[in-house]
Amino acid sequence: MTAASPPVIDLPPAVDPADHARLRRTYEPIRGFYAWLASVDHKSIAKRYIATCLVFFALGGLEAAVIRAQLSRPENGLVGPDTYNQVFTMHGTTMMFLFAVPIMQAMGLYLVPLMVGAKETAFPRLNALGYWVFLIGGVFIYTGFFLNAGADAGWFAYVPLSGPEYSSGKRVDIWAQMITFTEIAALIAALQTIATVLKLRAPGMSLNRMPLFLWAQLVTAFMVIFAMPSVATGSLFLSFDRLVGSQFYNPAEGGDALLWQHLFWFFGHPEVYIIFIPALGFISQIVTTFTRRPVVGYPVMVLALLVTAFMSFGLWVHHMFATTVPQLGSTFFTAASTLIAVPTGVQIFCWIATLWLGRPVWRTPLLFVMGFIAVFTIGGLTGVMVASVPFDLQAHDSYFVVAHLHYVLLGGAVFPLFAAFYYWFPKITGRLMNERLGRWNFWLLFVGVNVTFFPMHRLGLEGMTRRVYTYLESTGWGTLNLVSSVGAVIIVAGMAVFVVNLARSWRGGAVAGANPWDADTLEWATSSPPPPYNFADPIVVTSRSGLWAYGDEIPVLQGLRTDLPQVLVTTVMDAEPVLRHIHPSPTIAPFVMAVIIGAMLIGGIFTPWAYPAGLVAIGVPWLMWAWPRRRSYEHQEELKGTFSLEAPI
Amino acid sequence: MTWLQAAHSALHPASAQADRVGRLYNFLLIVAVLVFVAVMVAALWAAWRRRPIDEDTSPARDARAHRVIFAGAAATVAILFVALVYDLALGRSLTRRATREMLTVRITGHQWWWEVEYEDPTPQNRVRTANELHVPVGQTVALKLASADVIHSFWAPSLGGKKDLIPGHHNELWFTPTEPGLYRMQCAEFCGLQHAYMALEVVVEDSKKFAQWINAQRKPAATPPDTLTARGKLVFESGPCATCHAIAGTSAAGTIGPDLTHIASRRWLASGRLGNTRANLAGWIVDPQRIKPGVLMPSNGLEPADLQALLNYLASLK
Repeated sequence: MTAASPPVIDLPPAVDPADHARLRRTYEPIRGFYAWLASVDHKSIAKRYIATCLVFFALGGLEAAVIRAQLSRPENGLVGPDTYNQVFTMHGTTMMFLFAVPIMQAMGLYLVPLMVGAKETAFPRLNALGYWVFLIGGVFIYTGFFLNAGADAGWFAYVPLSGPEYSSGKRVDIWAQMITFTEIAALIAALQTIATVLKLRAPGMSLNRMPLFLWAQLVTAFMVIFAMPSVATGSLFLSFDRLVGSQFYNPAEGGDALLWQHLFWFFGHPEVYIIFIPALGFISQIVTTFTRRPVVGYPVMVLALLVTAFMSFGLWVHHMFATTVPQLGSTFFTAASTLIAVPTGVQIFCWIATLWLGRPVWRTPLLFVMGFIAVFTIGGLTGVMVASVPFDLQAHDSYFVVAHLHYVLLGGAVFPLFAAFYYWFPKITGRLMNERLGRWNFWLLFVGVNVTFFPMHRLGLEGMTRRVYTYLESTGWGTLNLVSSVGAVIIVAGMAVFVVNLARSWRGGAVAGANPWDADTLEWATSSPPPPYNFADPIVVTSRSGLWAYGDEIPVLQGLRTDLPQVLVTTVMDAEPVLRHIHPSPTIAPFVMAVIIGAMLIGGIFTPWAYPAGLVAIGVPWLMWAWPRRRSYEHQEELKGTFSLEAPI
Repeated sequence: MTWLQAAHSALHPASAQADRVGRLYNFLLIVAVLVFVAVMVAALWAAWRRRPIDEDTSPARDARAHRVIFAGAAATVAILFVALVYDLALGRSLTRRATREMLTVRITGHQWWWEVEYEDPTPQNRVRTANELHVPVGQTVALKLASADVIHSFWAPSLGGKKDLIPGHHNELWFTPTEPGLYRMQCAEFCGLQHAYMALEVVVEDSKKFAQWINAQRKPAATPPDTLTARGKLVFESGPCATCHAIAGTSAAGTIGPDLTHIASRRWLASGRLGNTRANLAGWIVDPQRIKPGVLMPSNGLEPADLQALLNYLASLK
């Protein structure tokens, strides 16, 4: 944490760096509704993304409330089996595909370019396309749901139940196509993150100086790229079976029902970590900021992320132990499922050590981190229990697993996410959230989650199976289910406090200033909310401590033009500047393309001809998008060898 | 309806296998509780310990922290390794098939009921029933699991772990019941509208009672003792019932629904949905969609007299 002297930079300034107004015009050339549709600003798009995900979170939460109301007493008739099956399918689908994965990516789309110190994300137009496709997919499946065509085969959609013979109508087709929409969006966001982290980092931010949040986002993005093709293949086969009479999953014609399960879980298990690893990134940043010191064991933390990501691809069969797995296979998957606890455990130890060594400042984000440690540890420990095949065969598909997965996902993703909301809200809006309401929010959520989900462990062991729309009184499950439903009411109250806090703080919160928490990462070096161009000049990074290495003077690298959206491209390993790249201007092409893709995928449910027609139509926005712009080549300048950047770590 | 109580809890094992898994669970639970307490004590202490104002912040403290983290990681690996060895050893021993002669029963999952078929080398000794499984205490029983439609899962928590019934695959599950009694199980894999009401009762009884039961089940249906019952038989055979249901010894030979040869001997109707009483049976025959919406059985608008005769006949099928 020694303050280094600003490095010598012999790059001639191209224009006056103080010309903020000009930069603003450059990055925001048009205004109004059209500009909103055509925007390629990563902050604007990420904000929409986050807001959209929160709407889906609320919808998924309402579905959960219906589930808890229905199960609050035996033989309840609030909803019938058909509605219930749609509701729980939509709950799982929404939470996994429309909330948890995309919001983690959306947080990244907002924060990654800021944290690497870049003016923009790597592919701004692609970014816009990803968002619109996601939005159309989400609206599409909910339109189906509200028209009583909600998917009803579970979020895992096992064949043959989801196949043509046992799920007639369009419900499952809508579900499978929604998967396609979210895959496209997730892959785009992943490419975005990888390119931004690897190529747009601030000069001097070598890989070993990268904040842990960026590592988490980078690792997750690679996981998305490896995991998504599997579910894409799976849902494509399912669509083929349903729409054009292929027989991939039909055992009577040489297909195999288990093929779906392998394809689905080869994606589905890493998906849990795709949700969880970004959350680890949030926690590392928050712990750093509020203990006023770097997290203990940086190399260990980075390695733990990589090991977790790698191992998470070797766990998928533990969802399938009850299908009968050969001895050797189940040994491998048990061992992997057990040992993945090690890297996560080590990270928790590192955070605890950091708390011990530092001087914690008890603001709401850190409170949520403590909640994460408590709730997630329970989920992790029951995870080790269900990794054991003999015990899993008792717990599998029972409420024990419902308890386990909600402890993992609420503890491992929702608590960190709330910590992140409280932590980055001032950066996004310029105002702080209310601390008092924040505490209420935390305690209601913490108590509610435990009251709701802890009794489910017991219910599962007492034989209550998952996805039942009701149960007989003689089962004796009534009391604990009622307790659980009361817990759900407490969760709803906690969420209501959050919404109130959000609404009140949006306009009326205390003004935050650039760096209200005195944090070390680069996003806090620009104003809150950041200007369209993020930073007037790229900040120079000289150590892992980021901003903490500097006093009031932050060294910057000058020489980017202000009359053109010029961004600095740096090398992968050491982040040495190599190129001044002209970024694309706002355009409506991504929006138009998303609409056509949407029409094609939705039409594809009704006629295969939608695909050739759609692919031809996509050519129009594609031409708009890719039409060569002379100026981007004229002003793209190679920098290699023109400057040196030497700085102590 | 306390007479309908049946055990269905992994916490009350009643088979050799479930008992061993129960002990593994107890071990894992104790370890988990200890680890949780240790982590929380460490976290809370680290968070809220009293800090001296002039606390040393030298790098030497970081080095000490590294050692503690390393020790924690080593302890984690050690604990997990012990748990892993226990898991795998138990897993191996449970999957080793018992060699001595076993009672084999074929269980076929249907939307939403269980078909139960006792295998026997002599064809006339085979028994076909539904939603009720009788097994003798102390003898290992092997269930051959198959599915007629979608994936189901067999799980009797007190008797041992679950196995899926997958179309196109053959799975097997075995257990050795140790205590006579009634044990409930219900389908554990989501299988559609009536997944919630797809239960089966396992009756574990001493071998004498079991022998009596299976001998009774081997007999064809009783001949109607009076004219009203005989009329009921006629209603069954000539009406829609026989399209889907079979009664051995009559012309009814449908295979879509459960075999009803000895329906009056069963404790439950509609796959554990209703106690087997005359009123429940009448309600079920007339309007099954109200009781299990989506079930494949249609509503039957029978004349009251026909219905009473039919109920008499079904009640005679002991």
